Amino acid sequence: MSDEYVFQVRFHGRGGQGVVTSAELLSVAAFLDGREAQAFPSFGSERMGAPVMAFCRIADVPIRVREPVTQPDAVVVADATLLHHVQLFAGLGLEGYALINSARSWDELGLAEMARRHYLERLATIPASDIARRHTGRPLPNACLLGALAGLTHVVSIDALERAVRERFTGAVADGNVAAARAAYDYLGSAAHA
Amino acid sequence: MAVQSVKFYQVGSRAVGNRLLEEALRTEQASPARRNALNSGHRACQGCGEALGARYVLDAAVRATGGKLLAVNATGCLEVFSTPYPESSWQLPWLHSLFANAPSVASGVAAALKAQGRDDVRVLAQGGDGGTVDIGLACLSGMFERNDDVLYVCYDNEAYMNTGVQRSGSTPPFARTATTEATGPEPGAPIGQGKDLPRIALAHEIPYVATATVAELHDLEAKVERAMTMRGARYLHVLVPCPLGWGSAPADTVRLARLAQRSGLFPVFEASHGEITAVLPIRSRVPVAEYLRPQRRYAHLFAEPPRIDLLERIQAIADRNIARYGLQEA
Amino acid sequence: MRRQLEGSRAIAEAVARCRPQVVPAYPITPQTHIVEAIGAMVRNGSLAGCEFLTVESEFAAMSAAIGASAAGARAYTATASQGLLYMAEALFNASGLGLPIVLTVANRAVGAPINIWNDQSDSMSQRDCGWVQLYAADNQAAVDLHVVAFALAEELSVPVMVCVDGFVLTHAFEPLEVPEQDAVDAFLPPYAPRQVLDVDDPVAIGAMVGPEAFTEVRYLSHYQLSQALTAYPQLCDGWQRPLSMVDAYRVDGADTVVVTLGSVSGTVKEVADEFGNVGVVTLTMFRPFPYAEVRKALGAAKRVIVLERALAPGAGGIVSADVRAALSGTLAEVSTVVAGLGGRAVTRAALRRLVADAMSGWLGERLVFLDLRDDLVEQQIDRMRQRRASGPQALGLLRDAGIPGSRIG
Repeated sequence: MSDEYVFQVRFHGRGGQGVVTSAELLSVAAFLDGREAQAFPSFGSERMGAPVMAFCRIADVPIRVREPVTQPDAVVVADATLLHHVQLFAGLGLEGYALINSARSWDELGLAEMARRHYLERLATIPASDIARRHTGRPLPNACLLGALAGLTHVVSIDALERAVRERFTGAVADGNVAAARAAYDYLGSAAHA
Repeated sequence: MAVQSVKFYQVGSRAVGNRLLEEALRTEQASPARRNALNSGHRACQGCGEALGARYVLDAAVRATGGKLLAVNATGCLEVFSTPYPESSWQLPWLHSLFANAPSVASGVAAALKAQGRDDVRVLAQGGDGGTVDIGLACLSGMFERNDDVLYVCYDNEAYMNTGVQRSGSTPPFARTATTEATGPEPGAPIGQGKDLPRIALAHEIPYVATATVAELHDLEAKVERAMTMRGARYLHVLVPCPLGWGSAPADTVRLARLAQRSGLFPVFEASHGEITAVLPIRSRVPVAEYLRPQRRYAHLFAEPPRIDLLERIQAIADRNIARYGLQEA
Repeated sequence: MRRQLEGSRAIAEAVARCRPQVVPAYPITPQTHIVEAIGAMVRNGSLAGCEFLTVESEFAAMSAAIGASAAGARAYTATASQGLLYMAEALFNASGLGLPIVLTVANRAVGAPINIWNDQSDSMSQRDCGWVQLYAADNQAAVDLHVVAFALAEELSVPVMVCVDGFVLTHAFEPLEVPEQDAVDAFLPPYAPRQVLDVDDPVAIGAMVGPEAFTEVRYLSHYQLSQALTAYPQLCDGWQRPLSMVDAYRVDGADTVVVTLGSVSGTVKEVADEFGNVGVVTLTMFRPFPYAEVRKALGAAKRVIVLERALAPGAGGIVSADVRAALSGTLAEVSTVVAGLGGRAVTRAALRRLVADAMSGWLGERLVFLDLRDDLVEQQIDRMRQRRASGPQALGLLRDAGIPGSRIG
């Protein structure tokens, strides 16, 4: 199975922001959509604040490869402070998607040059921590970013994502996360966002 | 600028601070000439009590030994966050071997120094509670009973933190960890289990045993200094809150250590050859709840309805400590 | 029912369905999620009749498992790397006492230097401790192998370690089925030990055996362990999903075949598909070593590349030594490729280059380290020739290269 049959996502963030959970939930959502999915982290020992990466592959055939994602179709950045410090977009093709957790625009983040080379409608920023805080009381951006990713790429359905979130979380936490994810999904589905 | 000499009576209190004390009374941390044995740039979490404790202890030990100190470190958070290859935060000779053997490795280092006629150089071994009270206990006991010339420092954050907050022999009753969930009629770590390693050290009747916290810097440094004036097996047990594992705010680390001592749950004392020689009295006692409430590992005790019954059992432990060690001034 | 879940979680559920009665647990990365999940199940009652012991070391964990098993309880624990080595004495003891303990090894490198990432040095270092060693190629296999492991262990009275690549499998989410309780109950009867600490029938377990009988005891252990070569396939036949001992993929007509163990197999198969004329043989059973099956799978191959996830310092390949023995008398060329040590990713790109090198004849019978930084090691070897200094290589690499700050003060 060559890379054209698999959609590869790479998540970047810091320990404690739910990056690993994001990749897992995305894989569960894809599974619930009836597809094959694989998610795994790349990290060291338990430490808050350390840079963390996680990967997710989605396809319609069983996924056998297990190397880290070096040619992502989509990059999700949960913490904009990693920009310009870590090679967040390494391997991202010109048709790739990129999503950053930030209230600022792509230009304001100093990424205008990158934007010029890519498809504008595939690059987005979204204030996921703020949206999350509004809905859940805590600035954990992961569910919100997943909703945004679903809206941007349609690699998973928002309904499957909701089910995945509800399998992992319960009660008010689940409700808040689902609301944040749906809000982000709708936002990305609407007007220009880069 | 003219220096005005002012006499302060409450030398150990926060009100005074270092810069207003006479130089001789200031802590090593107040000195710009301090070694910074654990230099900045390490990867500890924000608010890490162990990083703080290790810096305090090692700088004091380096000063006390005139810079002639070798350190042996067990596997654990301290070792991991201080030595992310190819970098190291340590500014002194430092050896990491395994999880269980720091006391034995230190014994070996001390023996080598003796054999080489270099006994002006001193040895400090250090590890977390997991490496000390559990997997390292046999080696520690051996070092104690041979009276090897090592100061062993345990930084106690009350669980295996580096592997994801699992219960250790130092985890206090009813604390939530990844292997002692807060579920069931007796949520969290079981009461009646666990080891009191300072008392085990006392039972070995070694020259010096002391406990301390990162809240009392003068006290901690003084104990390290005192320990270094002696030869033989010495043990220092330091309470170091862990924001990640305890679920507390990073800014609360020192405050929580102070509350632990003031609640009576963490008795602070010194002992010589198995006999208590001094205690840090509790100046203003707090109920255990005040210490436990800011820690999410105890959140289940304060949910609706609060577990008054369990809090009372924890309070009983504190009461017993206070009576046993004579922690409250009459 | 097929679900998407974490490898560790799936293993924990599978083990729970095997109704373990004593689970001693000691944390070590990357096994922690397994024992935590089992502990949680014991706590919430979904795993009943099980004592979960948080012990003070891995040596204590295996020791407690030994005691539990000798007293007639089904015992299980999990470890990795340093922890496996810390319980090494107990591993030999368990197999020598014929105790059917099941152990998950979340494969991780062994220090010094300390390293928490995946390779197979830990379990490979214990290949002679008398345990059955099974290696999972993916998480479904990991789940199924644990169930089979209990059955196999209790059938033969030999302990079994199930090796699962740390992080790569333990922390991976992928689709799989955890067998239902009734399926496991039908497959795995209650533990019925032949010999147990019993007040009504006292025996002394663990006697000293002298020269007059030790050889025979060891011979019988070797014999019994080797019975797994037939017992395992028989048991697998009765299981709900196919499980192989030696999996042969695209070997028909393939001149070049890669032999490997564990999760890297998936990536290798992807590359084999690209070439079209390359086969992949994946060993699930490593101890006892399935010589006949390996020889059969590799029968017609001219070039055999053994992709190792560990090595024997001063000697070379571990698996390749056994593979060479299996192929003795044939004309196959066997090369040893050490890959992915300490968690270095084994990439398709590197594997493509490797297979191309093999097919061009360049590889021969060499010992090769995949993706080795030749520049770094050559410089270091040069420096080592010039001066005599002791100490760890990790430090030498920096110190001798004059990296600023490698000296204090």
